[in-house]
Amino acid sequence: MNWSKFFWMGGYGLYVWGSYGVTFILLGGEVLMLLKRKRDLAHRESPREFGERSSQLENSFQEIQ
Amino acid sequence: MSNRKINWYKYAAPANFYPLAGKMIPWFAVLTALLFIAGLYVGFFVAPTDFQQGEAYRIIFIHVPAAWMGMFLYVLMAIYAGVGWAFNARLASMMATAISTTGAIFTFISLVTGSLWGRPAWGVWWVWDARLTSTLILMFLYIGFISLQASIDDPRRADRAGAVLALVGVINVPIIYFSVQWWNSLHQGATLTARSFKMAPSMLAAMLILLAACWMYSITVVLVRVRYIIRERERESPWLAEAIA
Repeated sequence: MNWSKFFWMGGYGLYVWGSYGVTFILLGGEVLMLLKRKRDLAHRESPREFGERSSQLENSFQEIQ
Repeated sequence: MSNRKINWYKYAAPANFYPLAGKMIPWFAVLTALLFIAGLYVGFFVAPTDFQQGEAYRIIFIHVPAAWMGMFLYVLMAIYAGVGWAFNARLASMMATAISTTGAIFTFISLVTGSLWGRPAWGVWWVWDARLTSTLILMFLYIGFISLQASIDDPRRADRAGAVLALVGVINVPIIYFSVQWWNSLHQGATLTARSFKMAPSMLAAMLILLAACWMYSITVVLVRVRYIIRERERESPWLAEAIA
């Protein structure tokens, strides 16, 4: 397996790897956003230090992601 | 023969759907990983070099699945939004919201990979032909849907407003699909029809495997997201405290 040929992609390396790179960065980003949403939810649902539940941290844009 | 029938309507309730979705997610996640690995392997190590385009054509294996996902997910989103509106079904509207982000991302991927392929194949990053323009409109429809819902505080009003936008916009999807037949277009015509395909079998295989991978990914991610939406919107419900314990 000639790796330098593989990355060169017949001269089209920038286009091919750019495409797959953008794809996996965006899909990975989507997964990361979901992980963040999970953390924010857990944080919001857990009992606060003084036993107070804070539901004021509503960020309606975040809820759409 | 047992007389037990499954009452499917039971799963229209967020309380019942939430654990069902939770059980489904790991299976779809594993399938996603396996199919991506298999598809990329076939696409890069089995499919031969293209006679005309050399190696640049390999972008097709992600560009076409992403474009299809953008279109399919929009239609699915519109159907869920319509059902949620017509039958006042909260969970259906939540599904529409959950789908919107994933569909938008795939549409964006199709635009970017298309552009990166257009430069070596056609010499230009962009043309205002029917397919590219209508796909850009699809991107704006997704952004519009997401922004519209985000801007309305009351969840059910947000659901209904989004449903109107989604349903009005759905006409765009057949326009994208048939654009290459109806108008002179720089974009390639349909390679896959019901009767034939004009590609090498290994190329077709890679494309279809990656399409399946994108479907499995979409299902996984949408189920995860809809569970978070349920938790956020059903915050006050008694069943939720037990379910997430």
